[in-house]
Amino acid sequence: MYLPYAVAAWLFLVGLYGVVSSRNLIHLSICLSVMQSGTYVLLLAIGYKNKATAPIFRGIHVGHPAVDPVVQALTLTDIVVSVTVVALILAFALDVHKQSRTIDPDEIAEFQG
Amino acid sequence: MNRSLRLGIFAVSAAGLAALLFWSLVGLPDFGHYHWPYGKLLNAVAVNERHTTNVVGVTVFDYRGFDTLGEEFILFTAVIGVSLLLRKGREDRIPLDSARDDALRLLGLLAVALVFVLGLWVVAFGYVTPGGGFQGGVVIAGAFALVYLAASYRDFHELTPHSAVEMAEAFGVGAFTILGFVGLAYEGAYLQNFLGIGDTGTLYAGGSVPLLNWATAIAVAAALAVLFSEFMKVYVLPTREWRS
Amino acid sequence: MIPLQVVSLVLVAAAALAVVLHRDPLRQSLVNGLYGLLLVVLFMVFQAPDVALSMLVVGSIAYPLVLMLAISRVRDRTPDDE
Repeated sequence: MYLPYAVAAWLFLVGLYGVVSSRNLIHLSICLSVMQSGTYVLLLAIGYKNKATAPIFRGIHVGHPAVDPVVQALTLTDIVVSVTVVALILAFALDVHKQSRTIDPDEIAEFQG
Repeated sequence: MNRSLRLGIFAVSAAGLAALLFWSLVGLPDFGHYHWPYGKLLNAVAVNERHTTNVVGVTVFDYRGFDTLGEEFILFTAVIGVSLLLRKGREDRIPLDSARDDALRLLGLLAVALVFVLGLWVVAFGYVTPGGGFQGGVVIAGAFALVYLAASYRDFHELTPHSAVEMAEAFGVGAFTILGFVGLAYEGAYLQNFLGIGDTGTLYAGGSVPLLNWATAIAVAAALAVLFSEFMKVYVLPTREWRS
Repeated sequence: MIPLQVVSLVLVAAAALAVVLHRDPLRQSLVNGLYGLLLVVLFMVFQAPDVALSMLVVGSIAYPLVLMLAISRVRDRTPDDE
């Protein structure tokens, strides 16, 4: 079954469509976070094992099958850090709004002559 | 390049990208048939080597600690960028902007204490049960944000002075880096585990993982507090001062 | 693959489309909150409680606060409030 991988690719492409066709810089940053969540789904789908449990060995003995912990480690740090990156993009949008009173990417491109 | 031309080019290239993505993703093994050795090895040895029960937590702070160092520097740089963009020169008059509803103030201020203790708990037990420095740091920053929502902006501003919060964030990131060097000095590899491992399943376990855990929690909480403070200033200050 | 995973994957895919198609940032941030909760369910079903906890705290504390404050400044338009 390839449904998780297909959903990960779908999330990436849908987010990319949102970024390309956006008329609002804030809408663009949220679509960027949708693209990032596609990569999270892909990472977790790669690490999954059938009939396995979470890699927390409290109450179960060590030999019990568990899913991959490395992809979870990469994903959880990335989720928290991506908030600050989205905040940086929003700060750019606010700065642009302060200068030229618009946050439409098409209109901003026209200002630069 | 006008909009419809851009969307047309996007449609063609996205179709090609989608085809390539689907072609490559069907080459992966079936979902659920995980057979690579790295995960199995870590699950088998991590509990015995470090006496911690949360293998993901000990992977973040010990086995893959170098990736976490990189993520902390991304956090640090992004917060510097936000401060540079939104910081104003001087703030002479701090507006009050208080919550007016009494029920909101009472319940909100009760919630601040509860959320703060919850955040400390999530950080402290990060290598025993799910949790850790990253999640608990966000919850602690949420407790600070609740002070603004339940009391007033002036209270939040006095609770999180710029110098203290920025020093805390720098301390968190710097402590992580320096603990790596201590590992280098004692054990011969950067970010190697260097204290004695304790008893499985208790808080006294994992070697240097608790120290890195708390350093990360301080860094993340302070970074998000700076972020919230800058964005709240954008909202609270009147337009005349904002567009200086 | 258990049916719960299939259902949550389909819901996540639909919610992502909804997030992108809402053009107004204020409505989109609300739909984004719902999308975050669906992702939490998906991560739990994939046996990843740490990742689910991370997405939960981020999607309920950090994202709404930052987005709402930025949107309010951008919407705060003429007549000027002084």
